[in-house]
Amino acid sequence: MTAGEPLIRWDWLGSHAEEIGQRIGEHLELTVIAVVVGLVIAFALSFVALRVPRLYPPITGITGILYTIPSLALFAFLVPYTGLSVLTAEIGLVSYTLLILIRNIVGGIRGVPAEVREAALGMGYTTRQILWRIELPLALGVIFAGIRVATITTIGLVTVTALIGEGGLGYFILLGIQLFFSTPLIVGAVGSVLLAVLIDGGLVLVQHALTPWSRVR
Amino acid sequence: MSLLGDVARWFADPAHWQGPQGIPARVLEHLEYSGVAIALALLIALPVALYLGHTGRGGFVAINVANIGRALPSFALLGFGLLIAIPLGLGLGFWPTMFALVPLAIPPIVTNTFVAIREVDRDVVDAARGMGLAEGQILRSIEIPLGLPLILAGLRTAAVNVVATATLGAVVAGGALGRFIVDGFALREFDQLVAGGILVALLAIVTEATFSVLERASRSPGMAAIR
Repeated sequence: MTAGEPLIRWDWLGSHAEEIGQRIGEHLELTVIAVVVGLVIAFALSFVALRVPRLYPPITGITGILYTIPSLALFAFLVPYTGLSVLTAEIGLVSYTLLILIRNIVGGIRGVPAEVREAALGMGYTTRQILWRIELPLALGVIFAGIRVATITTIGLVTVTALIGEGGLGYFILLGIQLFFSTPLIVGAVGSVLLAVLIDGGLVLVQHALTPWSRVR
Repeated sequence: MSLLGDVARWFADPAHWQGPQGIPARVLEHLEYSGVAIALALLIALPVALYLGHTGRGGFVAINVANIGRALPSFALLGFGLLIAIPLGLGLGFWPTMFALVPLAIPPIVTNTFVAIREVDRDVVDAARGMGLAEGQILRSIEIPLGLPLILAGLRTAAVNVVATATLGAVVAGGALGRFIVDGFALREFDQLVAGGILVALLAIVTEATFSVLERASRSPGMAAIR
């Protein structure tokens, strides 16, 4: 960032192509693990909340507090115990997906019209069949909206994990800040935004494929 | 669990409560960073969003600006902030952090304010217009008061994000509470690290709670009576 230095040194990009590819892979890996683990935990807690509605406020309360705690503070609590590791990064990333996912799963399922549920009951569906064959498919649109927000948020948050030695493309942002060198900074920042846009587009396509009925209008 | 003891001792040490690097000074710095950023964001976002909401124009932009905002990682914004501040000769710390915080705070304020104004019952607005209120009066005395809870909800999202991200300012040599965490990492002083984490988390939760209270208090008693 000294005078006369170009904003992007294309030769640096060329000579670091392999490392950039690796970091993109790391970024995707951290994101996918966080969202998948987040989904598993969120579904479990959502089913509990749907079965016992009394437990919904405390579940959203606790995940809400987790969501409010800044990522750097959460990592500060974890590092003394789990060290500068992938585990530390994932615990943080997963906890930020929970509130968004649970709200959308519970909201989506509760939003299924009562007539539909009663019709299924009248046709002899069991509670479990109603959940898997009626409620979940109908709630899929709302659940997917949650997955999209959680994924985009996670892709952004992954960059912060550079401070605990992970980071994916965030590594380049940190490198750029430390060296006052704009090229890696732009690679990391633009790269993570592009990644978020691409993955979001991909999720929209998956959603369209999974809910063919929503297109018939 | 000796770490918790260390943290307690760190908090009990009077040296950590004094001077420009003490807890009170860092808390004030954190509030200063966050307050200035929110004020600047309000200055930019509020007039635009109120205008768009009142006229009903630009809904697509106003709503999608929030999604774009979400895709912009705060850490990347901090990097861009550095990129803008250094060539302008604004130095490290405060300004690069501002350049990261203000764009972070704008999207939720714009989207919520726009929706808040649009969602005000059109019949109420038409009645006001029929009674001869000028457009400015409608905005000031009808739309803003009725939309206030939702506007404040946007402000709450913005404030919580800003308080969280102001922590990252320490990475670009800023002050504020992130200093304890970044220094704790760098020096491998876990007591300072965890203490910093506790302070930042508390401040974020207090911010969230404060705005929730404001939001609830801002609900028009008249509207509550109708419902």
